[in-house]
Amino acid sequence: MWNTVFPYLLSGISVGGQYALIAIGYTMVYGILRLINFAHGDVFMVAGILMVYICASGIPLYASIPLVLAATAFIGFLIERVAYKPLRSAPRMSVMISAIGVSYTLQNLVLYVTGGLNQIYPTIPWISDSISILGATTKRVTVITPFLTLILVVALVLLINRTKIGMAMRAVSKDFETSQLMGIKINTVISTTFVIGSFLAGVGSMLYFTNYTTVIQTSGAMPGLKAFVAAVFGGIGSIPGAVIGAFIIGIMENIIKGLDVILFKSGILARPVGLATFSDAFTFALLIIILVVKPTGLFGEKTTDKV
Amino acid sequence: MKKFLSLLLVVALLLPCIALAEDMPVVKIGVFEPASGDSGAGGKQETLGMQYANQETPTVTIGDTEYKVELVYADNGSTPDKAPSAAQQLVSQQVSVVLGSYGSGVSIAGSQYFADANIPVIGVTCTNPQVTLGNDHYFRICFLDPFQGTVLANYAKSLGATTAYCLAELGNDYDVGLVNYFQQAFEALGGMVITDTFPTGNSDFTSYLNNAVNYGAEVFFCPVSIAYSTQIVEQAAAQGVTFPILGGDTLDSNVVVNAAKGKNIKVIITTFYQEGANTAFDEGFKAWLNSDSEAMTNNGGNDMISAVSAMGYDAYYTALEALKAAGTTDSAAIKAALPAVTLTGVSGLISFDENGDAIRTSAYVKTVNTETGDWEFVAEQSVD
Repeated sequence: MWNTVFPYLLSGISVGGQYALIAIGYTMVYGILRLINFAHGDVFMVAGILMVYICASGIPLYASIPLVLAATAFIGFLIERVAYKPLRSAPRMSVMISAIGVSYTLQNLVLYVTGGLNQIYPTIPWISDSISILGATTKRVTVITPFLTLILVVALVLLINRTKIGMAMRAVSKDFETSQLMGIKINTVISTTFVIGSFLAGVGSMLYFTNYTTVIQTSGAMPGLKAFVAAVFGGIGSIPGAVIGAFIIGIMENIIKGLDVILFKSGILARPVGLATFSDAFTFALLIIILVVKPTGLFGEKTTDKV
Repeated sequence: MKKFLSLLLVVALLLPCIALAEDMPVVKIGVFEPASGDSGAGGKQETLGMQYANQETPTVTIGDTEYKVELVYADNGSTPDKAPSAAQQLVSQQVSVVLGSYGSGVSIAGSQYFADANIPVIGVTCTNPQVTLGNDHYFRICFLDPFQGTVLANYAKSLGATTAYCLAELGNDYDVGLVNYFQQAFEALGGMVITDTFPTGNSDFTSYLNNAVNYGAEVFFCPVSIAYSTQIVEQAAAQGVTFPILGGDTLDSNVVVNAAKGKNIKVIITTFYQEGANTAFDEGFKAWLNSDSEAMTNNGGNDMISAVSAMGYDAYYTALEALKAAGTTDSAAIKAALPAVTLTGVSGLISFDENGDAIRTSAYVKTVNTETGDWEFVAEQSVD
C-alpha cells in the first residue's frame, strides 16, 4: 500500500512546493495592493524562457542562474512601475484589467520570440539527476523542492517580522493611507513586494521546469492558476496560508491522479474507472467549496468594512 | 506632414496592384496549419514540406495559362476554438484549394467553413476518420486511425505485452480516437488496456507514469501532441521506467528525438515516411533547410526530415495535379476533379477511395536510437 501511494505523495509535495513559491507572489501583492496580479503566472513562464535563452547564449550556469533571478525580479519591478503605479488612484477594477493586459502582453511577446515552438529547458546538473528514494525513482529536484521552499518561506517570514521594510509592509497591508501619512515610502514598499514575489517565482520556475522541461508561452497559465487557487484556499494575504494551501492542492491533485490505482490495488475497485480525468476539476471544485463555506480561506483575516 | 503621410499610404495601397499587373496570374493555395500552440512544431514542419515543394515548382500550367502558385498561410493555433477564424481567413482570401491540417481536431473544427465556401481541402496528416466522413470536400493523403491503431496494437503484441496503458489529452479528437482504436484492436488480441486522460496544459506526467507502473503495464501508449510527448519521454526517463513508450504519427519529430537522446528510454512510433525512402527528396530538402536559416529554425534546429514534411510535400503536388485536372482555378471544379487524381509521391502512391481517403496499406515503424539521436527504421507494417 505504502509503495503504491508514496510516489504520488512525492510528486504532490514537489509540485506543491513549486505552487507555493508562485502563490506567495499572489498573496503578498494582494495583501498590500488588494490586487490579484494576473500577470504573475506569466512572470514565472518568462523566467523559464529567459533561462532557455541565456543558457543557449553560452553563459555558464553559475552565472546564468543569478542572472535569470535578477532579471525576473527586475521584470516584476518594471511591470509594477509601468502598468500598476500610474493606476494607483484608479478603481481597483482598472488595475485588474491592466494586470490581464500585462499577462497577454507577456504571453504574446514570448510567442513572438519563440515562434510558438516549445523550448527545452536547460539541464541543471546534480538536481536533475535521477535518484531512488524509498523504492520510487525521481529527479533529485523533487526531493529538494519542499525543503528549499520551506527555507525561503522562513526567510521571508523573518524578513516581514524582523526588518524595517517588513514592518513597513505589514503597516501598508493594514492601512494603505495611514501608513502613507506616517511617512512610509509607499512606492518603495510596493516595489519591494513585487521584487520579492518575482524572485520567488523565478526560483519556482527553475525547480518546476527542471522537473517538467518544456517551456511554451502558455506554460505559466496552469501553474499560475493553481497557485492562485492555493493562495485563496489558504486565505489570500496570508503567507503561511498560501504555502499550506499550495502543498494541500499539490498533494491532493496527484493523489486524485493515482486514486484509481490505489483503490484498484487495495481491492475497493474491481476495475479502473478513470478518476484521473478529474484531477483539475477537483482543484477548481475545491476553490468553489472554500469560497462558499469559508470565504476568507484557511488563514484569512476577517474582512471588516472600513467606514 | 499629414499630406505626405496620406500620399505614402496611397502609394502603399497601390503597390500590390502594380506588382500584380506585371506578374503572371496567381493561383492561391491555402495552408491551414498550426504555427503556434501544442502542435505548432508539427504544423511548421508540415508547412516546410509545402514551402520546399513550392520553391521547387513555383508555377503550374492550368489549361493553357501558366499560373504562379501562392501559398496563403493561416495559423489555426492547434486549438478547435481558433480553427474557425483561421478557416474563415482563408475563405475570405479566396483560395482555390486548402492543404491541412496537422491534427484532426482543428481539421474537423474548420471543415464546415470550407464546405460552405465549396473549397476542397486536402488533409495532410489528420488521421481521424471523422475528418472526411459524411462530406465531399475533405480529402486526405494519409492513413487513418483505425488502421494505425491496429498496426500499433499488433506491434505492442509482438513485443510480448499483455497490459497496455494509454494516455490521451482530454477533448483532443486525435488522441482519444486513436487510443480508442488501439484499445479495440489490442483487446481483440487478448490484451488488457487501461486508459487515462489528462487535462490540456498539464505538464506533470509523473503520476500517470506511476499509474502505468502500478498497473504493471508493459507498453505506454501516448499518441499526444509534441509538446506533451517531450515531457512524457523526459519524465519517463527520469523515473527509470522499464516499458517502451509507444506513439502515433505525431511523435515523429526531431523534438522527440532530442528529448530522448542520451537517456535510457525506448520510444517506438508509427509514421508515414522513413528518411531514406526517396533520396532525391531527402537531399533536396536537406540542402534547402541548410540554405534557409528560418526554415532550419522551424524544423527544430537540425536537418532531420520529419514524415510530416514529406507528407506536406506530397500534398502540394496533389493540389497541383488537381488544378491541372480541373483546368481552372475555380474551387468547385477542383473539388469535382480531386477524386480521380492519382500521384506517386515520395511517401508512396496516392489515390482516393469513395470517401475521399487515401488508399494506404502500410505504415512505417520507427524507434529512437538514443545514442546517436536518430530515428531508426524497424519495420514496414500492414494489416489484413
